[in-house]
Parts: sequence; C-alpha cells; structure tokens
Amino acid sequence: MTEQISVLALDKPRGLFGDAWYTLRSRPLFWVSVSLILLMVLMALFPALFTAKDPTLAQLSLSRQPPSADAWFGYDNQGYDIYARVIYGARASIVVGVLATLGVVLVGASVGILAGFYGGWLDSVVSRIADVFVGVPFVLGAIVILTTLNAGGDAGPARIVAQVVLSIAALSWPVSMRIMRSTAIAAKQQDYVKAARALGASPRRIITKHMLPNCIAPVLVYSTIALGAFIGAEATLSYLGIGLRQPVVSWGVMINSAKDYLRVAPHALLFPAGFLTATVLAFVMLGDAVREALDPKLR
Amino acid sequence: MTALLEVEDLHVEFRTRDGVARVLNGVGYHVDAGETLAVLGESGSGKSVTAQTVMGILDTPPAYVMRGAVRFHGEDLLSATAERRREVRGEGIAMIFQDALSALNPVFTVGFQIEEQLRLRRGMSRSEARKRAVELLDLVRIPHARQRVREYPHQFSGGMRQRAMIAMSLALDPEVLIADEPTTALDVTVQAQIMDLLAEIQRERHMGLVLITHDLGVVAEVADRIVVMYAGRIVEQADAVSLFRSPGHPYTEALMKSLPRLDAKGTTLDTIKGLPPSLLRIPPGCPFHPRCPRAEAVCSVDVPPQERLGFGRTSACHFAEEVLNG
Amino acid sequence: MAELLEVRNLVKHFPVTRGVLFKKTVGHVRAVDGVSFTLAAGETLGVVGESGCGKSTLAQVLMMLEPPTAGEALFEGRPMFAMRGNALRDLRRNMQIVLQDPYTSLNPRMTVGDIVGEPFEIHPEVAPRGSRAARVRELLDVVGLNPEHINRYPHQFSGGQRQRIGIARALALRPKVIVCDEPVSALDVSIQAQVMNLLRELQGEFGLAYVFIAHDLSVVRHLSDRVAVMYLGKIVEIGTEDEIYRHPTHPYTQALLSAVPVADPALRGQRDVIRLTGDVPSPIDPPSGCRFRTRCWKAQDVCAEQEPALVDRGGHPSACHFAEERSVVP
Repeated sequence: MTEQISVLALDKPRGLFGDAWYTLRSRPLFWVSVSLILLMVLMALFPALFTAKDPTLAQLSLSRQPPSADAWFGYDNQGYDIYARVIYGARASIVVGVLATLGVVLVGASVGILAGFYGGWLDSVVSRIADVFVGVPFVLGAIVILTTLNAGGDAGPARIVAQVVLSIAALSWPVSMRIMRSTAIAAKQQDYVKAARALGASPRRIITKHMLPNCIAPVLVYSTIALGAFIGAEATLSYLGIGLRQPVVSWGVMINSAKDYLRVAPHALLFPAGFLTATVLAFVMLGDAVREALDPKLR
Repeated sequence: MTALLEVEDLHVEFRTRDGVARVLNGVGYHVDAGETLAVLGESGSGKSVTAQTVMGILDTPPAYVMRGAVRFHGEDLLSATAERRREVRGEGIAMIFQDALSALNPVFTVGFQIEEQLRLRRGMSRSEARKRAVELLDLVRIPHARQRVREYPHQFSGGMRQRAMIAMSLALDPEVLIADEPTTALDVTVQAQIMDLLAEIQRERHMGLVLITHDLGVVAEVADRIVVMYAGRIVEQADAVSLFRSPGHPYTEALMKSLPRLDAKGTTLDTIKGLPPSLLRIPPGCPFHPRCPRAEAVCSVDVPPQERLGFGRTSACHFAEEVLNG
Repeated sequence: MAELLEVRNLVKHFPVTRGVLFKKTVGHVRAVDGVSFTLAAGETLGVVGESGCGKSTLAQVLMMLEPPTAGEALFEGRPMFAMRGNALRDLRRNMQIVLQDPYTSLNPRMTVGDIVGEPFEIHPEVAPRGSRAARVRELLDVVGLNPEHINRYPHQFSGGQRQRIGIARALALRPKVIVCDEPVSALDVSIQAQVMNLLRELQGEFGLAYVFIAHDLSVVRHLSDRVAVMYLGKIVEIGTEDEIYRHPTHPYTQALLSAVPVADPALRGQRDVIRLTGDVPSPIDPPSGCRFRTRCWKAQDVCAEQEPALVDRGGHPSACHFAEERSVVP
C-alpha cells in the first residue's frame, strides 16, 4: 500500500508536529486529559482560586466530620478541611512529578543519545550501569535511598521534596535512557546522518540538529506517561511513610494519615485517592493520544 | 466466450484524512487461460490496487469499492459471499508479492507454510502434504528440496525466497496467478531466472498470468498483451509486439522514450514533464493532459473514451490515431 | 585529463561478531577486497554490480564514512585517509555524495532551506552569512526546484524532487567529485530520466566528476565514460563504456548484460542469452581463486587455484583466465 501513501503525502502542507497536532485535536481523549491536567496545574499554581480555607488550620472539634455544604469533602482525623488540603496537595504532587520527569528525561535522554551515537565502550558501560539500576526493585531502592538521605533527622519541606524527586529520578532514568539509545541507534543509520557526516558536520551538530529532533518523540511520549506514574510513586512512598510528610501537604501524605481511620472516615481517604487516580489517568491517556499521533504506523 | 478472469469498470477510492483519493477510475481488463497479461504503470497508477481488489485483500477502511465487477469464470466475486471468495483465493486465483521476505511468515518453516494450505484445503495428511511440498519446491527448482523444506524463510536467499513463494502459490493449482512486481527486489541475473521460471510454469499449466510491473524490459520479454495504467485508468491496451512498435497513447510513447538504453549511449533523455497527479485532485478531462506534449483544449475538458484502434487495441486519447501513426 | 582521484588496492572488511558482553570475531565480510581505479576531472566512472558486490561500501569508504581496512586513496595526489583538520575539511568540500533513498536522505525535521544551507553552516568560509539564503535559492533553481519552496519540509515533495534537494545539497560547496550511490534507482521511470538529465547538465555546467554507482546497466551506460563491473568485492572488468558494453570479455559482465531485459518484444528468443545458475556466494567465505568460478560456465581447475589478475586482456583490463570477447547486447 506504500504507493498510495507516497502519493497522498504530496498533499500535506504541514510539518510533522503539525501533523501530530492535526490528529490530536480530533481526539476527544486528548481534550479530556488535557482539561483535567490543566485543572490540576491551575490548582497547583493558584490554590487560592479554588478555596478560601487554610489547609493547615486544624480544628479538632470538627474531627472526622463527613462532607457537608460547609466543607464539601468533610474533615479528617485532625480536623483539617479535606477539600482545602486536596487543592493545596496538588502542588506538591505535581511538583514532584514534574521535577522527577524533568530529571529522568534530561539525564536519561542525554546519556542515551550519547551512548547511541558513540556506541562502543561508552555504550557498553552506560548500558550495564542502567541494567544495575533497573535490577533494583523500585520500592526497595527508594526505601534504601530515602532512609540513607534522611539519616540526619528533620528536614525542611524543600529538602524533603528534593529527596523524593532524586530517588524517583535515580531509579527511573534507565528507562528513558534505553528508549533514547535505541531510537538514536536507528537514527544514526539514517542516510541524512551519513550526508551530514560527508559534509564534515561535527558530532555535536549531528547530535543536536539531526538526531535529537528525530529521536525526541518516543521519549516525549514516555515522559507524559511517566509524569503520571511519578505522581503515583510519590503517593506510594508517602503512604509508606518514607516520602513526603508533614509539614508538606500532598495527596500521598493525606492518604497515609487517613489509612488508619478508613472504617470511620472513608471520605478522608477517598477524595485524595480520587484526585490522584484522575491525575495519573489523565497523563496516561495523554501519553496514549500523543503516541498515536506521533507514530505514523498507528494511523 | 467468457474470459477466465475479467475486471470491469472498477472504481475504488481511499478515504483518508486529507480527502478522498480516487485510486481506480474505471479499470477493466481480462485474462484468458494460457495468456500473460502485463499491467504496466508507475507508482500510484493503481496497478497493485486493482490486483488487491481482485484478490479481495483490500483493507476497508480506507479502501472502498464503489463500482464495478470482478468476474472469475463469469461469476462476480465482489458480490460473492466471504466464504466463496476464500475458496476462489488460492484455488482459483493466487498471488505472489514483491517482498517475499515479508510475505512469508518468519516463525514457520517454508515447508509448513505450504503444507498448511494442503492440509486445510485439500484434506491431505501430514506425510502426503510434506511429499507434495517437496515436489513443489522441486518444481520451482530449489536445490535439495527435501532438506530445504524444513528451513525457515530467513535461511533462503532473495531468489530462493521468491521461488518458495511461487511454490506456495501453486500449491492449490490456481488457474490465474497474479504476480505483483515479482522481480523488482531481485538482482538482474536472478530476475532473469525467476522470469524464465514463471513463464515456463505458466506455459506448462496453461495458467492465466497477470504480471504487474513498472519495468518495460520485463514486459517486453514475457507479455502477450499489455495494459498501461495511469492515475487509476487504463490508457492503452494492445498486444506486446504492436505496443512496442507503435504506441497508441502519448503516455506510453513518452515512457518508452524516457528509458535509457542498454544498446546505445544516449545523450539527453526525453522526459515527461511534471509529476503524476495527486489522486486527491485528478485533473479534469484526460488525467495526463498537464504533462502531455500533444494536449489541446479538448483534453482538459472531456475524458477521452477508449478509442478502438483495430487488432484488439484501445487507447484512451482524443488523438489516438495521430499518436499511432507517429 | 589529470587524475583527480586514484584508489589503490582498497580493502574494507567488516568483522562478524558473536556474543554480547565479550565480543568474539568469528569472520569477516569481505565487502571490498582490493579495488583500484582512477578518476579524471570531469569524467564519469560507472560502477555496476549486483547486491552484495561491495559497490555501496566502496562509496562509504571513499566518502570516509567508514575507515578502510587497507589500501590507499589519493585526491589530487595527496593521501586522503591520513587527512585531518583543515585538509580534511578541504577534502569534504571537494567530494560530496548523493544517496539512494530520497525518503531517508533528508532530515524530516529540517526545511529545504536548512538542508541545502547546511553545507554553508559547516563551512562558513564558503559563503558569508548574509548571502546564504540567496545561494540556497540559486541552488534550488539550478536543480530545477521552485526557490519559493525554501521553507517547505521534505515530506511535501515527491521522490524525484527530494532527490533534486539532495543533489542541491551535494552541489552547494562546488565539489570536484560527487559520488552518486544509486541516485535514481528509487525513482519511477519518467522521473528517473529527469534526474539523469539533470546530473548530466550539472556535469557540463560545473565540470563535475562522478563516481556513479548503480545496479541498472542501462542507466550506467547512459551516463558513464568508463565503467567498472564489480563482483563479490572485486572489480572483474573495467574499461570505456564502449569496451564494456560492446566488447565485454569477462563472463560475468557478459552474463549480466545478457540478463537485462530488452524493451523490444521483436527480439524475443533471438538474443544471445546466458542464464547463470544459483545466487551470489556469501562475501564472508568467498570461493577460492576466481570468485565467479562457482557460477561460471568456463570454469576450469586453474580458476579455483589461481586468482586471475585484473590486467589488459584483449583491449582492456579483465580478471578472467579465459577472457574472450562476446557481444551480448543487440
């Protein structure tokens, strides 16, 4: 069927990302996930838009009150307003997700593209190191890293967030590195790279101008899905008591503190868990939609 | 007399995101037993889509058959049941493809793939089927057939793979064989071997052979009759000798002139100006008129009918007679 | 004519390895195995052969995309493979390549202007920054493309137009030699003729020398002054276009020419047809002596024992113990 496709290709006056956008904008899944994500980001940036209440105000007298017109999501064990905390918790969750994704993509993609381009011993060494990191089970690895980093005792909110980000990034970079490496190896064989080398282009030019723009798509797709997964990972670690903790407010922290009162106050767990699920799902859906749009074979 | 295989007024369109591509716009040809029909055309001319429509292997969507008929012994296949079509496929009409490597399943042995058909469709036992598979590989001159029947497609060279695919297509003794660019991926010395083999098998079995190709040389060596396709239409049909002696359509004429020759060092080649039209926007009138050196006002308005030129020749050109007479 | 390029005994072997962690070399693909030829300024040397004969590897080594295993190549008398720094940059300006596949040879994320202008970015001394856009437009015009399309992307062009873009890129630095690796084999017949005419026009206009690699013998004859026929990593016969096509002496050349279908049904059954049996042997373990002997109808014991040298036999160099002229092209 290649002959039809090559003929039809003449009629597309768009760039490749323009093409992807053309596919994306006709997909309801894309719009649902994007609006959910936008809502979450808005909550993280301007929580005051959504609630006038103070998430750190504990009124023990209101402890474990169910949802009401006054407090939409009710109160938790210590009398915090759950709605306010869910809104304010978005910030920590999303900050952790975004920073961890940035770290993973920057480290993984740059190491991966270098390994793929140069090959040889560099590739062997990097790949074996990646194998070691992949070999460590995620939760176990995170426990080891976080307890080691945290041996000193109490840390400020920024430091806690940084530690969690670091441990997620350290354990996840090999995935993006492998994706980048394999696409880079494929791109390196392409004739346009040969043509650039024949012109005398430097390795730096070949990597930045020719390989990176052609290799970035799969990593972008991965990072979208990973962002959701990292928000989930943050919650997991916080639930286990080794991730974020008081005074930081996050969905994971809320789930952790609600777990002991599940029978008496299920709403304290359901609301943050619901937001968490919706956010993770939104990113996974977005990743799916982006992959379909970028991968011409699926069209 | 009804033809063995007849395609009549076939219209197929591909519905894509960018619009409707009119891939076939009234294609008709026929092939009789013992005859080799060459379907000649460049990329996008619709020559492969016609064959896929005949085989019933077009994907819907994006492809939709809008009109027309495919008759095998006079029976319209397009209106036949799915079951009947499956029956005809393989036993009535078989097809071989350009890329034998992707047409054969890499995880089964070549022998298994031939035997599977024989067991399912002919009800042969395992040992009978194996015996027949070896015979078939022998027939297509694969050396050491008894051993090679147990090998996987990747263990075959390009030429041997194409032979294996021919053997597979012959398993159910089809009456028509459609060969879609069977030698395009092969080297010229291997191509010659495969074309000889196809011609010989066709002669011995008195099959109808539909040879789809873009190669004028291959066509000249084996075809009895030729249909030339352009932008989803048949622009000319004629017997091979007279078509090469005096083409009856400006496109055929230009195509022949643009070919570099083996027997003389040329200077500047005659070219066909411009590009084949996009199938999303086929020009009105004669689809070739924007590139045609003979085009006149009428060509951009009226679609030329199939002009009869005698001796069974036709040409879809308003000036067919003039072209024919030089 | 002065020799622009001289290749002496060029060898390129690719190791075949097994194992993941500890790689072990289990053999070598002898892709190019002792190839020598010269190329004069303004001349076209055609290189023909079937797949696996090493013609594309030859192009890669000549363009220094792969290091040679052994052998030497002189560009204007200076050894190429030892060049570094400025000398190498100069060489890159003088030797360029046009690749086969118009769909993969252009970076899909770059505009046509960026692609054709890239040579100037890499060699800024050739064209001052301000004049580059004008130079790119001029180049597009020279290769027959609309200069207004400078901001379009490769996928908006057809195969033939893309090949023109590739040619414009190769032409940008005004090279003396362009290595064309199957430049028209991916194109339709009517488009192929356009590109071949363009290559010929450019040769006249810029005094280019071509190493024209192709498997299509008619295409090679059309464009070449001299022709080298390759089989399994070696040149088996080399001579002028007339010598190779009208007076071939090597059995392989004769078989190759005779296998090309001729677009004239009237000649059916009247031609001198040589049908080779079998396929090309593996270049990992080529036959001893003459590499063609396993498919050759003239083969004798001596062919297995002694490798025939590529020396003048009956008018031009041919590597066959039993070289004899036989006309196979009608």
